[in-house]
Amino acid sequence: MALKILVAGGFGVGKTTLVGAVSEIKPLRTEEALSAAGEPVDDTAGVEQKTTTTVAMDFGRITVREGLVLYLFGTPGQDRFWFLWDELAQGALGAVVLADTRRLEDCFAAVDYFERRGIPFAVAVNCFEGARSFPAEAVRDALDLDEHVPVVACDARERESAKEVLIAVVEHALRRSAEARASEPVPAP
Amino acid sequence: MASDADTRWYDDEAGAVVRPYAMTRGRTRSAAEEKLDLIALVLAEAGGTGDIEDLPDLTLTPEHLDIIEVCTAEAMSVAELAAETDLPVGVVRVLVGDLMHAELVRVSRPVPPAQLPDERILREVINGLRAL
Repeated sequence: MALKILVAGGFGVGKTTLVGAVSEIKPLRTEEALSAAGEPVDDTAGVEQKTTTTVAMDFGRITVREGLVLYLFGTPGQDRFWFLWDELAQGALGAVVLADTRRLEDCFAAVDYFERRGIPFAVAVNCFEGARSFPAEAVRDALDLDEHVPVVACDARERESAKEVLIAVVEHALRRSAEARASEPVPAP
Repeated sequence: MASDADTRWYDDEAGAVVRPYAMTRGRTRSAAEEKLDLIALVLAEAGGTGDIEDLPDLTLTPEHLDIIEVCTAEAMSVAELAAETDLPVGVVRVLVGDLMHAELVRVSRPVPPAQLPDERILREVINGLRAL
């Protein structure tokens, strides 16, 4: 069985680094050739141009045990590839939103996306250059996160640290799943 | 040092010689598409594996054969196949669809969307990660 966790966040925040820190394979890159009706960049032309764009997605793999594989997908950073996220997000067990406190606004879009789709996620603050204080509550406030969304500090380069982030996501997914089950009506015998 | 005008791209750096969808004969969709999530696992069927010469269907392209080769030893996700064969995901989907149709590969679906994996599996994942 294969499962996937998405790793989202702004451009250059360390998504591929985090994937690489825990993956048993060197992060691989797939390219999706997109053929879409031209974006309306030039309305006056009145000609629908067909354009092809290539989007790269980096991903890694962790074999949990024989027959159970976890894939990590770094999401394309640019907002204009949101529609690709829908495919990536389908069936994802959870997501990591990687944040940099110097530009928290870069991850607003990702937080919003996962909230709307009900995908369990954790926010991991990538502490560059050993930032000493980790303002978890400030980050939670700034991102207006639900109280049960985990906010953890990490160093995306460190395997142990990246592991902790993933564990936080899966534990959160587990709690959510248990809650959902508890609130389901008990089927009649 | 070469000036920009002298720069030439050779081999892989020059990009694909064949446009991606030429390899699929213009098809951008596959009947099996919804089964072919990025993490759907593809495994070459025993019998069709290993010896490429024995493959029954002569209309298979080199790209089809590349895919079979990559997923012969162990199951590979669609994403890995795309990375290993250096083909766009959309192209891999169409080609894997052909191979499924010809029963040369077997595809196991990931957990159906909108349905979380069960709690037992999630616990296994947590323990597995801890043990890494």
